Amino acid sequence: MTVPTAMAVPLRLIPIPAIERATRLVFSHVMARHPGLFDRLGEHAAKRYGFIPSDLPVGFLVEPAKTRISVHRKPNLPATDASVTGGFVLLLGLLEGRLDGDAVFFSRDLTVTGDMEAMLALRNALDDCNIDLPSDIGSLAGPFAPLIGRAAAEIRSRVLPREAGQWN
Amino acid sequence: MELICPAGTPAAFREAVDAGADAVYCGFRDETNARNFPGLNFSRDELKAAIAYARQHGAMTFVAINTFMRAGREKLWHEAVDDAVRLGADAVILADFGLMAYTAERYPDQRLHVSVQASAANADAVNFLVETFRAKRVVLPRILTIPDIARLAKQIRCEIEVFVFGGLCVMAEGRCSLSSYATGKSPNMNGICSPASHVRYREDGRELVSELGDYTINRFPAGEAAGYPTLCKGRFNVADERGYAFEDPVSLDVMDHVDLLREAGVSALKIEGRQRGKAYVAEVVSVMRRAVAANAAERPALISRLRLLSEGQRTTSGAYEKRWR
Repeated sequence: MTVPTAMAVPLRLIPIPAIERATRLVFSHVMARHPGLFDRLGEHAAKRYGFIPSDLPVGFLVEPAKTRISVHRKPNLPATDASVTGGFVLLLGLLEGRLDGDAVFFSRDLTVTGDMEAMLALRNALDDCNIDLPSDIGSLAGPFAPLIGRAAAEIRSRVLPREAGQWN
Repeated sequence: MELICPAGTPAAFREAVDAGADAVYCGFRDETNARNFPGLNFSRDELKAAIAYARQHGAMTFVAINTFMRAGREKLWHEAVDDAVRLGADAVILADFGLMAYTAERYPDQRLHVSVQASAANADAVNFLVETFRAKRVVLPRILTIPDIARLAKQIRCEIEVFVFGGLCVMAEGRCSLSSYATGKSPNMNGICSPASHVRYREDGRELVSELGDYTINRFPAGEAAGYPTLCKGRFNVADERGYAFEDPVSLDVMDHVDLLREAGVSALKIEGRQRGKAYVAEVVSVMRRAVAANAAERPALISRLRLLSEGQRTTSGAYEKRWR
């Protein structure tokens, strides 16, 4: 599934600092909840990873060692050691390990460039992390955590089955 | 027949157990196992927890220590065996005769399986390993036909395990030097086939170009399913023809022949894929579990859903149903 244009277009208008602030909040929270990621990444934690949703006007630069994520408007994307391009939902599915990266690569729905050793390490590290975005994001919502978590899980269940098998 | 399932991470291990694996095979996070990819494999503590999880759910854990020892660095492999035994591995999967000797001498009660990497494919070779190192099972290379396996089963004194689904090595494992030729690193010695450090992908117009070291492995036109960047699945210009010199980018699937494999004397069916994600492991193991229990007429429909997860999105029965010589 690709992000509908009606949802992608507003991202052209929202100032980057605003997008970045929200993204950093989620990113730092997820990183704190999944410290095992760094252990598996090893030396590759110091690399710069690009995540480029093909259906959004922005791209993301992730620097795990610095626990830092930055948002950049296309086409002004910074240099990276390795980057992955694909639909936003697909990238989220890979982040959670709900999709098999090799299978998505075989289907050509995903392109990877740069340092493949770093990208492979990141893929494997993420796969073992059991990141669960509805739960992770929901936990940011304080007393509303269950509500937000359930809503996010519902959205995921509606968009992911088209990309992933219903294995869990 | 047992279903032997892959796990490259603790998360994949739990998925395999939950999906119905009889045994899960995995390796340590170093060059002692033939899937030594970055970010993959188990620390000692992770293996300990995995073995406990498997036991709670009635599954076994096999530890692959199946690369070949390097002179002067044997300690790394010896310690891997020591730790696998100490942590309670139900079997160790070994390829190096020296390591088999070490294991048989130090741990005479430890169950020892002969890795596919040992390339034991005839009765003399297998029986030598059974008699010398008390091997209980041999994992056969993917170069034998089902009639070959049936003949072999009558002549050897141990169990047989065969690969039935997943990535397809078309060469005699443990003897393939293609990766080493292109990159200096091999699954046999370093645990890595076509190491990611030597892989590059680039877009050239509408084509996806894969490169390994100094070699162009393939150019995939737009819309064509892609494959791994291995020399054995490369598309090359040979004389006046352009095509796959060794094998197409396909995966192995011999589930249509499960009943024949059972009749041939096979004890265990192995799924390849320690380098694959937990989503793949969960999906493939659960489908295979049902396929093994299903009758022959039901199996194709069950297995067909796995094709999209496969390399090149196509599968083959490979040498098991060899029609060439």
